[in-house]
Amino acid sequence: QEMDDKVISPEKVEEAKLKARYPHLGQKPGGSDFLRKRLQKGQKYFDSGDYNMAKAKMKNKQLPTAAPDKTEVTGDHIPTPQDLPQRKPSLVASKLAG
Amino acid sequence: SGAGGGNDIQWCFSQVKGAVDDDVAEADIISTVEFNHSGELLATGDKGGRVVIFQQEQENKTQSHSRGEYNVYSTFQSHEPEFDYLKSLEIEEKINKIRWLPQKNAAQFLLSTNDKTIKLWKISERDKRPEGYNLKEEDGRYRDPTTVTTLRVPVFRPMDLMVEASPRRIFANAHTYHINSISINSDYETYLSADDLRINLWHLEITDRSFNIVDIKPANMEELTEVITAAEFHPNSCNTFVYSSSKGTIRLCDMRASALCDRHSKLFEEPEDPSNRSFFSEIISSISDVKFSHSGRYMMTRDYLSVKIWDLNMENRPVETYQVHEYLRSKLCSLYENDCIFDKFECCWNGSDSIVMTGSYNNFFRMFDRNTKRDITLEASRENNKPRTVLKPRKVCASGKRKKDEISVDSLDFNKKILHTAWHPKENIIAVATTNNLYIFQDKMN
Repeated sequence: QEMDDKVISPEKVEEAKLKARYPHLGQKPGGSDFLRKRLQKGQKYFDSGDYNMAKAKMKNKQLPTAAPDKTEVTGDHIPTPQDLPQRKPSLVASKLAG
Repeated sequence: SGAGGGNDIQWCFSQVKGAVDDDVAEADIISTVEFNHSGELLATGDKGGRVVIFQQEQENKTQSHSRGEYNVYSTFQSHEPEFDYLKSLEIEEKINKIRWLPQKNAAQFLLSTNDKTIKLWKISERDKRPEGYNLKEEDGRYRDPTTVTTLRVPVFRPMDLMVEASPRRIFANAHTYHINSISINSDYETYLSADDLRINLWHLEITDRSFNIVDIKPANMEELTEVITAAEFHPNSCNTFVYSSSKGTIRLCDMRASALCDRHSKLFEEPEDPSNRSFFSEIISSISDVKFSHSGRYMMTRDYLSVKIWDLNMENRPVETYQVHEYLRSKLCSLYENDCIFDKFECCWNGSDSIVMTGSYNNFFRMFDRNTKRDITLEASRENNKPRTVLKPRKVCASGKRKKDEISVDSLDFNKKILHTAWHPKENIIAVATTNNLYIFQDKMN
């Protein structure tokens, strides 16, 4: 691909745009960060210890619960079984077969 | 690029499968499409873990203007969602790949895989049933043996065709990372499965053992720089396979060289001009699919913006490069922000290896004729799709004044991606999957 020396490649223009929006974007181009994210796909965390201790301590008090749209269950709120996304197989047949 | 690319094949709409409504349930997202070796069967897998198999009806001699239609033959739930409690890992039921075994007897066999488990399915037909048992009534209830006074010989009587799918082998617990490919060896006895960091070799009859043949996991995960993105066995040489990486390289390995094929026999990589390097370079060079030609002489790779054809005898650069949607190069910033830059497009060869096909956005798909060097862009859409009407070529206007009938880059719908396409092994029949619909196109027969 011939590139005029005076013209900056479209890719470099796009890179400048991205760096302007996210100045702290990783040093390594592309890089290990998004690779590691790819390898961790599907990770869901639930601390049963926290959950059971909280249940024991706060039997009658109102438990802080997750916001309805929160998808990750970790850290500073008490997860409940209702918060964990339900993983059920689709009982409905594929619409391609309909 | 001219119209009539594709060796002057005139593509016509044939059929479309799936729901019409725009509200797409996640389970209905099609995740793989594959013809079997004869082209008579066409399998799809979806995010809900279901497989649907279509069968081409026998050619109707009176309807000489079209080949047989594909109708539903069998459908079953291949994989179900699982949760690995030990690792706190949710395992999706999405079917990543389906690969057919060549037919050996009356039954059909296919391998289907999700992120962790591969299954061998047997699809068999039943068109007769035994009747006239001595100890059982026709409805299955057992008769009191003391009431039996005469004996008769049960006979087989015809019944309505029933197609049954049953899992014959389950190949589990061999992958720590997510399976992206399966490929059946030309010996028809073994197959490989590849995840992000490892490739395993299996025997189709043996489920409790698998051999690791490639392992690129670094001792220190902080040093991880590349992952395996696809792998395939050579169509004729049972000792040869290739795997592609997120850095745009392809390694060819020979299993005769050593048990663990960590050292490649050949490394295919196109040199890059370092002055052109940007933050996006590595991401867009990541290979999302690799496919050998039917002849075994070439292989094709798909990266974000192009399709490349490699001659197995030349490692230092591809012999042909085709731009799929070069106009996206000046949109990489937004495509990174909306994650589209990570979309994994597949590619495929026609039966004679003269044309290659791949998908794009806006439900467009592209074909490149290797002989005439012409290319064409077509659209999978329910609008203006009448049987036996030739599809109108589409054109994207990259910049400047948009001509009539052209669509500008900014008007493209990036949610309408064609990631999966398949070409019938012998005929000019193609299957193109949009998000939740399957389109079948055929060439116009005169």
